[in-house]
Amino acid sequence: MAEREQVRRERVERDPESAEKTVEPAVSERGKRLKEELDELLDEIDGVLETNAEEFVKSYVQKGGE
Amino acid sequence: MAVPKILGVETEFGILHRGTPEPNPVTASSLLINAYLSRCSAPGDGPGAPRVGWDFIDESPSLDLRGFSAFDALAPEIETHLVNAVLTNGARYYVDHAHPELSTPECLDARELVRFDRAAELILVESMAAANEVLPEGQEIVVYKNNSDGKGNSYGCHENYLIDRATPFGRIVVHATTHFVTRQVFTGAGKVGCELPGRCRSDIDFQLTQRADFFEEEVGLETTLKRPIINTRDEPHADPLRYRRLHVIVGDANLCEVATFLKVGTTAVVLAMVEDDFLHREVRFADPVRALQEVSRDPSLRTALELADGTTATALDLQWDLLEQGRKYVEERGDVCAGGAVVHDVLDRWEDVLATLEEDPESLVGVVDWVTKRHIIDGYRDRHDLPPDDLRLLALDLQYHDLRPERSLFARVGAETLVDPIDAEKAMTTPPDGTRAYFRGRCLERWPDRIVAANWDSMVFDAGEESLRRVPMMEPTRGSRAHVATLIDDCDDIAELLDRLSSRPG
Repeated sequence: MAEREQVRRERVERDPESAEKTVEPAVSERGKRLKEELDELLDEIDGVLETNAEEFVKSYVQKGGE
Repeated sequence: MAVPKILGVETEFGILHRGTPEPNPVTASSLLINAYLSRCSAPGDGPGAPRVGWDFIDESPSLDLRGFSAFDALAPEIETHLVNAVLTNGARYYVDHAHPELSTPECLDARELVRFDRAAELILVESMAAANEVLPEGQEIVVYKNNSDGKGNSYGCHENYLIDRATPFGRIVVHATTHFVTRQVFTGAGKVGCELPGRCRSDIDFQLTQRADFFEEEVGLETTLKRPIINTRDEPHADPLRYRRLHVIVGDANLCEVATFLKVGTTAVVLAMVEDDFLHREVRFADPVRALQEVSRDPSLRTALELADGTTATALDLQWDLLEQGRKYVEERGDVCAGGAVVHDVLDRWEDVLATLEEDPESLVGVVDWVTKRHIIDGYRDRHDLPPDDLRLLALDLQYHDLRPERSLFARVGAETLVDPIDAEKAMTTPPDGTRAYFRGRCLERWPDRIVAANWDSMVFDAGEESLRRVPMMEPTRGSRAHVATLIDDCDDIAELLDRLSSRPG
């Protein structure tokens, strides 16, 4: 608990500019993998996308609900 | 004093009827639900032959084109009245306004809620398949789990939490507002563009939530106009002297299971702390509605929100505070009213998500919906070198929520799951064990032709006697498997069940 609070305090106290600098090296393994997989994902998405995006967006009209 | 947090979610789905010159969303929603009901049971036989909605289908033995022509001619009010079914999993499946809506059964904790939310998606998927089987060639009904059409029309995903009636409402307003404004950092489903009245869609490239644009008030009764952050609907569907049902209308519908889990899990913790007056620091925003929208419009999560005391805080600062208090609360008061044993997982994931949002938000793809959607949209835009207002990006946004497995963009991401797909499938027809939904679902399964009406807090049976018999269910934790499974299994008919129920103490 104490350790966590300390971690948190450091985060909160960090000013935005130094936070900016730490983003790059902090990128996790998962983040790297996601970047690598993105191309594959986009290929797959190209294959399932609505063929006429403009018409699809125009036709997607809903009534308000709730 | 805090009470165990019984949970439920009501989701209105977007619907398109394609291939017909004059699509009518009310007709399409009725058709969708009726097709599902007719597929999963024959009248009086099998799971959950619903009383309401069946009558119409009964008169159209085969759901052919002619049947649907007659259907089209009905006034929307009549159809809305017709399709209102209770399912054997204890859920309610009906047409609300111009949308199919599914309310999960009452669940005991956040993990169970996720299971029934997944089951709801599967029910909609099966409904589409059933409807499209009977539609004329070239027509198709498609359902979307989102909350906005991108043109200024919104529909909701409402959460419900059972809380102690004695809790002062003013205290709920203060702390729940803090949480609802700031939890958007992990509950947002993401949206391309802006839908604020009077603003241009392209004023914002991308924001965290579907819903923030549609909120205008801090507190109120409305849900369709001038929507409030805190909804005051007082309809407990339980003993009104003991309970209140907090009806939360400000959230987005999530596809990421972890996001749904955290949305309801963290809110249960915050509400338990409010009931027990555990939160001593009152955070008041200078302007809560503005704060809600500022958080939604800042994917960098750095916006300093103005507080009424003149200081500022970011959404993440305030979330860290709530998490810290939540940890203390559970350590000191136990987990019973903060969401049960599963709350420890809620707290750990809550911390993990906040830390990751600060350090490496991109790695929350498959965990947080807005991050997942933005990952797809940014990737696509970069690959095809598109301007931010290109319509294809709006199409991607909508298709992220498409529930057809073969078209859903979300389904292609490989999101983290919390629920075994087999358990989710089972939850389509089997009720949760721990609440009155068990009694509702089991009775529907065993004696569907003896149930005249069912709702959240009562059931009306026809036992073949002169008058109908109503069984009140005002205590949501009664009627669980532990209470009534043996009784239901032992009884040969509904008359015996009712006699034995009325002779039981309490």
